[in-house]
Amino acid sequence: MWFLTHAWLVPALPALSFLITLLFGKKVLGPRRVHWIGILFVSAAFVLALCTAGAWIQHSGDAAHDQRAALAQVDGECSRVGAAAHAGDAELAGVLAGEHAAAGHAAEAGGHGTAAAAEGAAEGEHLSQPVVRCAHWWDSGDRSFTIGTLVDGQAVMMLVVVTLISLLVHVFSTDYVNGDRRYVHYFAFLSLFTASMLFFVLAENTLQMIVGWELVGVCSYALIGHWWEEKPNGDAAMKAFLTNRVGDVGLLVGMITLFFAAGETFSVLDINTLANNGQISHTLLLISACCLIAAVMSKSGQFILHTWLPDAMAGPTPVSALIHAATMVVAGIYMVGRLYPVFWHGLSIGGSSINLLAVVGSVTALLGALLAFVQKDIKKVLAYSTISQLGFMVTALGVGAWTAAMFHLFTHAMFKACLFLGAGSLSHAAHHSFDMVDDMGGLRKVMPKTFATYLVAAAALSGIFPLSGFWSKDEIVAGTGGLNDANGTYYFALVLLLIAAFCTAAYMTRTVWYAFFGEYRGHGHPHESGSRITIPLIILAVLGAIAGAANLPGKILGWELPESIALRLEHYVEPVGVFFPGHDAGFSHAGFNFGLALLSLAVALAGVGIAWAFYAGGRFAWMAGLSERNALAGWFKRLLENKYYLDRLYTDIIVGGIKRPIAHAANWINQNVLDGVVNGVGRSTVGVGRWVYSRIDQGVVDGVVNGTASVSSASGGGLRKLQTGRVQQYAVLFFAAAALLAGALVVAIGS
Amino acid sequence: MLLNQFLLLAAILFSIGVYGVIVRRNGVLVLMSIELILNAVNINLVAFGTANGISGQVFSLFVIAVAAAEVGVGLAIVLLIYRNRRSIDIDELDELKG
Repeated sequence: MWFLTHAWLVPALPALSFLITLLFGKKVLGPRRVHWIGILFVSAAFVLALCTAGAWIQHSGDAAHDQRAALAQVDGECSRVGAAAHAGDAELAGVLAGEHAAAGHAAEAGGHGTAAAAEGAAEGEHLSQPVVRCAHWWDSGDRSFTIGTLVDGQAVMMLVVVTLISLLVHVFSTDYVNGDRRYVHYFAFLSLFTASMLFFVLAENTLQMIVGWELVGVCSYALIGHWWEEKPNGDAAMKAFLTNRVGDVGLLVGMITLFFAAGETFSVLDINTLANNGQISHTLLLISACCLIAAVMSKSGQFILHTWLPDAMAGPTPVSALIHAATMVVAGIYMVGRLYPVFWHGLSIGGSSINLLAVVGSVTALLGALLAFVQKDIKKVLAYSTISQLGFMVTALGVGAWTAAMFHLFTHAMFKACLFLGAGSLSHAAHHSFDMVDDMGGLRKVMPKTFATYLVAAAALSGIFPLSGFWSKDEIVAGTGGLNDANGTYYFALVLLLIAAFCTAAYMTRTVWYAFFGEYRGHGHPHESGSRITIPLIILAVLGAIAGAANLPGKILGWELPESIALRLEHYVEPVGVFFPGHDAGFSHAGFNFGLALLSLAVALAGVGIAWAFYAGGRFAWMAGLSERNALAGWFKRLLENKYYLDRLYTDIIVGGIKRPIAHAANWINQNVLDGVVNGVGRSTVGVGRWVYSRIDQGVVDGVVNGTASVSSASGGGLRKLQTGRVQQYAVLFFAAAALLAGALVVAIGS
Repeated sequence: MLLNQFLLLAAILFSIGVYGVIVRRNGVLVLMSIELILNAVNINLVAFGTANGISGQVFSLFVIAVAAAEVGVGLAIVLLIYRNRRSIDIDELDELKG
C-alpha cells in the first residue's frame, strides 16, 4: 500500500534528475558523465514503478475480501461523488462517507487523504479500486484545487512502460549522442520528458492532465529541435509544437466543458462516475468528447493532424523512440482511456456501429500505413507505422475494446522502441544516414544483433504468431468485428484495419529488405554498434516477443487457459467500477475468435510474402514502375509522396490564405492608421511646440523679464538725474519737502 | 502778544539760514548759515519757554552745546577738503553724482 500512496515519487525522481543534471551535472560530474544522474534516477523510478505494480497486484487481490473497508476509505476531498454514487449501496456509502467527513481525520489534518473510490459490486467480479491521494494545490476565489495521484491498473502499467523505455533510451543515448555539443542539455530534457509523462499518467484531476500534457509538448519541442542549428530541425520542432497547439484548443475546451458539466469538478473519478451514471447530459458529453478527440488527433498523430509526427524524426533517434513508444504520442490514447465513460456515453460506443473515434482511428491506421510505402527514410517509415498503430489503438477505444487498446499500447511500446533504437543503430553504422534505399543494405552480416532484434520487432509489429503484436492486434480486430460478444459491430473498421495490417506487414518487410539484404549501398565500412546500444535492443526485442503473454485470451478453440495466466492485463489493468462503463450491462470484451485470428495472421503473412516476393524474389514485376505506366497509379503515388497534400493544405492554403490578407491588412493599417496617428501626434506636437516657443516663451515669459528689466532701467535712468552729487541740491529738495509736509500738517491740524 | 514777534524773528532767521545753506558756495558760510538755523530754533525754544516753564531754555543750552560740537566737526571737514582740493567750493564736490 505504501507504494500506491507514494506513487508521486515516480515522477518526482526524474524531475529531480532534470534539476540536478541541469544545475550541477556539468560542474560536479563533468559534461561527459552527466548521464549517470539520469540513469541512476530513472532506474530508481523504474524499480519504484515495478514495486508499485507489485503493490497494485496485491491490492487488487486484497480488496476483494473486504469490500466494506474499501468503501470506508472514501474521503471527501479528492472526490465528491465517488462513494455516494455507489450503485448497489448508495445509502451505505452515503452514511459511511458522512461518518468519515464527521470524524474528519487525515484529510483535514494533513490536507490529503487516501481514497479508494467505490466499486461496482457485481457478484464475483474482481475489485480494483483506484488509490487516490491528493493534496491542496491552490485556491482561486472560493474554489480550491487539488493535486494528487490516481493509481490504478492503467496508471501502473504506464509507469512501468514509461520508466522502462526511458531507462533503456538513457542507456542507448550514452553511446548514440556521445560527444554531442549539448550533452548535458540532452540528458536533462530526457529526464524532464520522462517526468512530465509520468506526471500526466498519475494525474488525479483533469487540470493536472492538462499541465502534464503541455509539459510533454514542451519537452518534445526541446528535444525534436535538439540540433536546432540546422533549420529543418528547428522547423520540425516548431511544427510539432504548433500542430499540438491546434489540438490543445480542443483539449482545453473539452476539459472546461467537462468541468462545468460535472458540477465544477476536475476530478477524473467524479467526471467518470457522473458520466457513467447518466448525470451529465448526452449532448455535453458528445461535445466534450469531440473536442477531446481533436486533442487526441494532434497529440497521438491521428489523420489530418498527424503531419508533425514524421517531421519530428528530425530529433535524435532515441528521442524518437521515447516519443513514439512511451511518452508523448500515447498520451492521447491514455487520456481517452482515462476519461473513457465520457467517450463511451458521449459517442454511444456500445450501441452504434459507427462513431468519430473509430472512424478517425481506422482511417488513420490505413492512410498512415499507405504513406509508409513511399518513404526512403527508415525513421519516417517507422513514424508512419506509429501513426498507423496509434490508429489501431484509437479504433480499439472507439469500438469499445478498451483493454485491447491498452494491451496494444503496452506491446507496441516494446517493439516500436526496439525498432527505433534499431534504426538508430543502423544509422550509427551507415554514417548517420537514415536513407535505407540509398545508404543501407546488406547490413545483416555486419550487424547480426541489430538484425536479429529488428527482425523480431518487425515481425511483432506485423502481427506474426506468436509474437506480442499478434495477440494485441488480434484483440483489436476481434473487438471491431462484433463476431463474439463485443460491443456493436464495426465492419468498416474491421475492413480498414485488416487492410492496414496487410500494409504494415508489407512495409516492414520492405524496410527489412532495404536495410539488411542486398548489397551495401552506403559509404565506408559499417560495423556492429557497441554494447550500450545492442543491450537495450536485445532487452526490448525479448520483451516485444513475449509481451503478448500479458493478456493471452482465456479460451482458444474451446481450450481454456488456466485463469492464473489468461487475461492478466484485463484482470489487473481494466478498471471496473461506477467510474467505468463496465459496471453494468453494456460493456463486454470480444473473446478470441479463431477465424478472425487466422484471417489477420493470413493477412499479415500475405503482406510479408508479397513484399518479399516483390523485393527479394523479383516477382510481380508488373508492379515495378507501375506508377509511370498507369495514370491512376501515378496519381496515387504522387498523392502519397505529397502526403495527401496535407502539408500544402496547411502551409499554403490555410496559413497562406490567412496570412497574406492579414499581413496586407496589418501593413495597410500600420502604414495608414498607426503611422498616421503617430505622425499626426508628432506634427501637432511640433506645431504646439513652435507656437508655445514663439508666443508664450518669446512673448509672455521673455516679455515679462525684459519688461521688468527695461522698467528698472528706465526708472533708474530717470532717478539718476536727481543724484547730482551736489549737497545743496539735496538740501533744496529736503527743505522743499519739509515745507510741503509742514504745509500739509498745518492744513490738516488747522481744519 | 510778545511771542509773535519772537516767532517772526525766528522764522526770518531760519529762512535766512536756509537761503545761506542752499545758495552759498563757500563751505564755511554754509556752516555759518546752519548756525543761523540752529539759533532760530533756539529763539523759538526760549520764546515758548517763557510761557511753558524752564525746560525750553534748558533745551536751548543743549542745542548751543551740540552746535559747538557740530561746528567743530564741520570746520575740521572743511579744513580737510581744503587741504585736498585747495578749494572749499561746495559746487565742485559732486563725486556722489549718480
